[in-house]
Amino acid sequence: MARKFTEAAIAGIGATEFSKDSGRSELQLAAECAKAACDDAGISPHDIDGMITFTIDNSDEMMLARCLGVKNLAYTTRIPGGGAAAAGTIFQAMAMINAGVCNNVLIWRAMNERSQYRFGQNPTNTTSYQSGNGTGSLLWCVPFGAMTPASWGALQAQRYMHKYGVTNRDLGLISVQQRKYAASNPKAWFYNKPITLEDHQASKWIMEPLLRMLDCCQESDGGQAILVTSLERARDLKQKPVRILGATQSIPYNVEVISNYYHEDLTVMPEAVGTGKRLWEMTGLKPSDMQAAMIYDAFTPHVLLQLEGFGFCKPGEGKDFVKSGALAIDGILPTNTHGGLLGEAYIHGMNSMAEGVRQIRGTSVNQVKSVTNVLVSSGMAGAVLSAD
Amino acid sequence: MSTPEQPAAPAAPKPTRIPPIVTLDAKFFWEGADKELFLGQKCGDCGEFRFPPRPMCPKCFSVKREEVPLSGKGTVHSWAIARHPPPFGFKEAPIIAVIELEEGIRFVSNVVGVGYDEVVQDMPVEVTFEPTMNNHKVPVFRPIKK
Repeated sequence: MARKFTEAAIAGIGATEFSKDSGRSELQLAAECAKAACDDAGISPHDIDGMITFTIDNSDEMMLARCLGVKNLAYTTRIPGGGAAAAGTIFQAMAMINAGVCNNVLIWRAMNERSQYRFGQNPTNTTSYQSGNGTGSLLWCVPFGAMTPASWGALQAQRYMHKYGVTNRDLGLISVQQRKYAASNPKAWFYNKPITLEDHQASKWIMEPLLRMLDCCQESDGGQAILVTSLERARDLKQKPVRILGATQSIPYNVEVISNYYHEDLTVMPEAVGTGKRLWEMTGLKPSDMQAAMIYDAFTPHVLLQLEGFGFCKPGEGKDFVKSGALAIDGILPTNTHGGLLGEAYIHGMNSMAEGVRQIRGTSVNQVKSVTNVLVSSGMAGAVLSAD
Repeated sequence: MSTPEQPAAPAAPKPTRIPPIVTLDAKFFWEGADKELFLGQKCGDCGEFRFPPRPMCPKCFSVKREEVPLSGKGTVHSWAIARHPPPFGFKEAPIIAVIELEEGIRFVSNVVGVGYDEVVQDMPVEVTFEPTMNNHKVPVFRPIKK
């Protein structure tokens, strides 16, 4: 087929409920959220021609395509790096539309990550640490009792926190803000359940003296899908188009997703610096052009490292940026306005991508005023979503 | 009348730490650790140290490699106490740490022989070994006595 550069846009988002026990298979969650995203866009699932998910998603492309009656699939891929894949899927979908090789790209992530298995518990099967998922060094952690994402993430963050005097109480402000957003989001697991800084400080240590329970994202069951098409086509569909103005992955030398201890300076997140640099070059925009941000919040310190990496504040200033109220609805960068992975649910970052879409559409339950551009990111990848 | 049984000599407790996950590219490292050798990998052509071990030098692309003893000395670059969930195989919450080795490479391990409130950023440490299940050993680090 003849190809030309084609602008990409998000035309549909769809999700299941977010729970702790979905009571159905991951494939069913995938199919339900995919159908919901197609309905939201106003396209038939039969017309999907590209499918993208995470390397560690357990649903098979063929089975999901069979559920959806996909007639003629042209492209599939999977992104490595656990949750780092979240914005990576948007990037890949954009690239396929830009290249003119797909018309309707379905992105999905569906998991029973509470009822069926738990990321936050000791591993039951260490073969999952073998290569292939972009988390190649976890096997060097496990014999030392570093067995959970919180332990890996804490080791990644400790030197940063030490250097800049970031305390666990400082981190608590991020949790409190996000739980405030979640409290007014009916889809959030923590709907109507705000916390105080004292609640945060009273929660048990996960990794002392860095991370408490309330610094950690949830474990959740659920599915989230996103439907990407051309901007031109999106204009004729049901929803207001959300342009993917730019998107990228960034994996600098010796960086990996969470057992990330081998690059030069552990007080910075080089992948976030790289993601930011490419995004700002690609879009011609700068951090201050963003009216909101959705930042991967598996653990609170990584929000600070990303805010600094993307250039919203200078290295070491993240905690003061947060303290100034920047992340609040009336702050200079309302962040994770759905409650994030801490407050809404942990659908591996994809639910945060969807909140970016809602902010551009103007349909968030915590809607920021006059939104034109939103940064959505998962550390190693990011995208700028924009109003048409 | 039967003679009272001699109390059995207390057996050393069986190690509960999980054994290393051994891959072909890192086999030399764990085989060395079993013999209480702390080995590093350097390029057989340009001499560059690298960690984690890998089959090719990222500088000169040589697949020749040398396994050399490391000094076993380093500093605590990053650390935390693993409280919850209690990691499998540890009776007390371990101090997990990224050790910056003298050779300029980093290694995740434990700091042992030190109280939770005695760990100091960048404190000098040296290698020692602890047993795991299945008769293996892993390198851990203790403070260097002044």
